[in-house]
Amino acid sequence: MIRIIGALAVGLLFGAGVSVSGMINPAKVLGFLDFAGNWDPTLGLVMLGALIAAVPGYALAKRLDAPLTEYRFHIPTTRHIDLPLVAGAVMFGIGWGLAGFCPGPAIAALSTGLEDVLIFFAAMIAGMGLFRVFSILRRKQA
Amino acid sequence: MDNFTPFAGLGGGLLIGAAASLFVLVYGRVLGISGILGGLFGGAREEILFRLALIAGIVIAPLLLTSAGTNLPDITVSASWPMLIVAGLLVGFGTRLGNGCTSGHGVCGLARLSRRSIVATLVFFATAAVTVYAVRHVFGG
Repeated sequence: MIRIIGALAVGLLFGAGVSVSGMINPAKVLGFLDFAGNWDPTLGLVMLGALIAAVPGYALAKRLDAPLTEYRFHIPTTRHIDLPLVAGAVMFGIGWGLAGFCPGPAIAALSTGLEDVLIFFAAMIAGMGLFRVFSILRRKQA
Repeated sequence: MDNFTPFAGLGGGLLIGAAASLFVLVYGRVLGISGILGGLFGGAREEILFRLALIAGIVIAPLLLTSAGTNLPDITVSASWPMLIVAGLLVGFGTRLGNGCTSGHGVCGLARLSRRSIVATLVFFATAAVTVYAVRHVFGG
């Protein structure tokens, strides 16, 4: 139970950050991505703030043998750059640029109950479901 | 740059980074939202509850802030419904194929200097900027 409450607390902190920073609003995100328009540098500062707070956490984690409540760290160890990584990033970038939503802010924006947000969110979940089908088919072929 | 909100941006960013730090120190995991959502498809019951609790926290946070009197930005969506559907499908499929989004690659990955995350972050920021340029300045008014 305490584990679940902890996850809720991390979600609250993250959701507060996404909201306060303004990234919950896709127009704000698109304002950063639109270098040729009325440029809004805010997202750059959000990334800076996030890194200022995340770098010490990861530096400390590197020195620990295990996290506080589990036996080991679950941090990806893959290092090579491959086609799925780049192709996935390209697809995500196009979708992000079209709508201005990435997964975190899209979840926070569900709180508004706006139809536009619900449609994007449902399509995003469908895209993840399609990927699951795709990866099962790919594994069968191999 | 009349819409630039530097202090809210930096402050909100610090909260996002703090959440990422807590998550790795307490649970040993990368706070990647697309991975957490994608993991809802299949998996043990307890694991799904853990992920749902985190997602619930993200949805509830803006409601709590608003009820505490904080002024949050309005949400302005410019894309049409067909565009939102295409965008959602691309974001969902692409983040799973590329193993991460803005939080997992962009924040956590850069914080731990992962080479894969640095490449992914450069690629999705560049692709998104080109997409916005095309939509607003080439095809759009």
